[in-house]
Amino acid sequence: MFTYTLRRLLFAIPTLLVISFVIFALLDLAPSDPTGDLPLTIPPEVREQIRASLGLDQPFLIRYLKWLQQFFINEPLNIFESLTGWQIGDGDRMRVLSWATRSPVVDLIVQRLPQTLWVVGLAYLFGVMIAIPIGVISAYKQYSIFDQIGTFLAMVGYSVPTFFTGVLLIVIFSSYLQWFPSVYDTNLRVTDFQSFVLQVKQMALPVTVLALFNASQITRFVRASMLDNLHQDYVRTARAKGVKEKSVLLIHVLRNSLIPVVTVIALGVPTIFSGAIITEQIFRVNGLGQLLITAVQGADIPLVQTLTFIFAVLIVLFNLIADVLYGILDPRIRYD
Amino acid sequence: MKNLKLLLAGTVAALAATGTAAYAERGTDGDLKILFWQAVSTLNPYLSGGTKEVYSSSMVIEPLARYDEKGELVPMLVTEIPTIENGGVAKDLLSMTWKLKPGVKWSDGTPFTADDVIFTWKYCVAPDGGCAQKAQYEGVTSVEAPDPMTVKITFSEPKPYPYSAFVGAQSPVIQKKQFENCVGAKAPGCTSANFGPIGTGPFTVKEFKPNDVITFEANKNYRDPAKPAFATATLKGGGDAASAARAVLETGEFDYAWNMQVEPEVLATMLKAGKGQLVTSFGTQVERINLNWYNPDPKLGDKRSTKEAGPHPALSDPAVRRALSLAIDRSVIDEAGYGEAGKPTCNIVPAPEAYASTKNDSWCLKQDVDAANKLLDDAGWKKGGDGIRAKNGARLSFLYQTSTNSVRQATQELVKDMWSQIGVDAELRNVSASVFFGGDPASPDTFQKFYADVEMYTNNFDGTDPEKYLAEWLCDKVPSPENGWQGQNIPRYCNPAFDKLVGELSKTADISKREELAKQLNDMLTEEGAHIPLIHRGSVSSHSVKLDGVRMNAWDSELWNVADWSRKK
Repeated sequence: MFTYTLRRLLFAIPTLLVISFVIFALLDLAPSDPTGDLPLTIPPEVREQIRASLGLDQPFLIRYLKWLQQFFINEPLNIFESLTGWQIGDGDRMRVLSWATRSPVVDLIVQRLPQTLWVVGLAYLFGVMIAIPIGVISAYKQYSIFDQIGTFLAMVGYSVPTFFTGVLLIVIFSSYLQWFPSVYDTNLRVTDFQSFVLQVKQMALPVTVLALFNASQITRFVRASMLDNLHQDYVRTARAKGVKEKSVLLIHVLRNSLIPVVTVIALGVPTIFSGAIITEQIFRVNGLGQLLITAVQGADIPLVQTLTFIFAVLIVLFNLIADVLYGILDPRIRYD
Repeated sequence: MKNLKLLLAGTVAALAATGTAAYAERGTDGDLKILFWQAVSTLNPYLSGGTKEVYSSSMVIEPLARYDEKGELVPMLVTEIPTIENGGVAKDLLSMTWKLKPGVKWSDGTPFTADDVIFTWKYCVAPDGGCAQKAQYEGVTSVEAPDPMTVKITFSEPKPYPYSAFVGAQSPVIQKKQFENCVGAKAPGCTSANFGPIGTGPFTVKEFKPNDVITFEANKNYRDPAKPAFATATLKGGGDAASAARAVLETGEFDYAWNMQVEPEVLATMLKAGKGQLVTSFGTQVERINLNWYNPDPKLGDKRSTKEAGPHPALSDPAVRRALSLAIDRSVIDEAGYGEAGKPTCNIVPAPEAYASTKNDSWCLKQDVDAANKLLDDAGWKKGGDGIRAKNGARLSFLYQTSTNSVRQATQELVKDMWSQIGVDAELRNVSASVFFGGDPASPDTFQKFYADVEMYTNNFDGTDPEKYLAEWLCDKVPSPENGWQGQNIPRYCNPAFDKLVGELSKTADISKREELAKQLNDMLTEEGAHIPLIHRGSVSSHSVKLDGVRMNAWDSELWNVADWSRKK
């Protein structure tokens, strides 16, 4: 298992390098320009100087190598320095700078990460917690009314896009009932019970929207996996032995059914970090998804490049985690 | 110097008006909530140049003088506006002297001196800095301080209109102490300074979250002890124009929202809630259709839209250019897309009033389909079987491009329909704004390359003097592969008489003569059909009915007088 993990990790390095090159090349080929949003009163020669100050006058390969150096050497060193307080070299090294804000990209990401983890992460957690019981009951009582309703809701939740459910919830709960705010207050600090309530209130709508979406996806997996196992021989044997139905279901069937579900859940974790771009935009949550979309709109290439690459790293990493988890959970599977 | 007399009168009136609103003490009115639907990326306008950055930073850092809502100069950090009459501008027009207001302090308590002004100039013109406002300092050879309260600017050649450096929201003075180690290539690295500049303005930055929200506090060292009335200000960014309008006009969550680019009828419904109102101010923005004087035929490959491609087969005919303008009903376009935010115009220099010509309004402002048809008939353009006019194999069928934007696409539809009445066909195309205005020489879709017959967008000029703007239509400003497609003469208009007149304008100091020349130049462009001016666009913002003191300004930052804003009791 260990050698397998190590091998996979080593294999990930060239994969990620290729990914980073593809992202960089794609962004470079895209016909957008960081000075495109500036007022036309700024004359062309000044625009040319702005582009030069952003390093755009250098050849493609040099810019790519520079980014590699900044991202893989300078940024980790910087994080190491700020964690330990030690200084390596003169500490004055070029970091990946966003073009729009002219500030280090990593700082922007660090600033945005908590909101995304709270809102999107919590929604994912709730989604899983709702999905598993519904999936189990749906499978156990297949074709019952509960199953039919569950299936229907899952289909609706999966097929109705979040930009619709989000606005729908705003119209009902913010505009009409006025229970929850529609704009996420990013300056709110939780210091006492009252501000905690406010925080819960402003998180309620985006979390609901996303949790519904996540739950409907996972429910289907749980149900299918449960159905597979319910008809297995070992279930009949267990019942024949006189094991209580509750134990049959929750100990034997559920545990076995969760193996593929855990994989699916692990594979879905990177999407938490990439933020729910649309949902964050609707509720003005200042998370990573919103950061990405403003960067794309403003042609802030270093920010887009770094964010997308981090997402790629997470996807590769969680693929590996899913595979390893699979091996741990299911003794029948051995990689070595 | 008629303008400057007006200016003085205006200043007195302005002082009188604000005097009444300023009974409140500093910091008594709580939090001022401002909404910009495009989030602010940095508070250093020298590093960004975007309107949202220029406006938001104007609450903190100030220029020596600003334009007020009438486009007249108001002294901010100086005692008076230098003119030839008061000796502030040298007779040879080669230098000017500003006298700084005594006792002005930076928000950190240190005194504001001429050194800071000199430093600001050095900061922006430093090589490798990529300063976005460099054009403001064009022609400045030196900035000196004969004494700590005097700033002397020397120009490389006579400047008949010298008010550019340190004037207006685009070139505010920054503190030397704070930015001393941030000059040139080091500028972007100074994140904390760029995110929290120390200023002389009514507010200071408390916290800046890039692309999200800014929290301001009243500046304890602001020169007027009674201002600002608000203790804090929050400037939230993001979302879209319609929901920003709703937050002020319908729900009242915010006091002020910038740039209401929303369909007139949507705004009208929101206004019924009675919580807010719209404010409009007209600057120099004109939505125009540029006509390509060169041939953009795709068959010509890389040569298209350049001199080598030769004149446009149809648009080189003055009759066609005139007919295209005559066929357009500007008031319909205005009503459908702009409402309060626009008025029909036939000028490319629509303001200030003294510079706005009325010469062509008689024939141009009114749609006249019959006259247009007659013009084309007389010029020999015959309708074919498909109803489209043609002559010598050239058809009046045009590729009409613009940036992607719902108002522009609606305007395209209307214009296409109007042109169809005179036997002119239009093929509509829209390009994403970041590509269209992006200026990437490798992209075929930029407005500079103009690989189309006609294209539509808005342009304007900073400040109130149109000299530099009118120089954009000089022959040598035509974009071409040689200059990397960077010229500003987008229609490829070239007229030696026009060039000569621009040369004259750049040598004329007398204001009334300048006005006369600018009008002549403007009229030439309209009459000869370099472009078809459509709509004089205003800036529209909205504010809560409870907010007092807003004087909407299209010549400077909209937030130029935020120090005078207060909450109605």
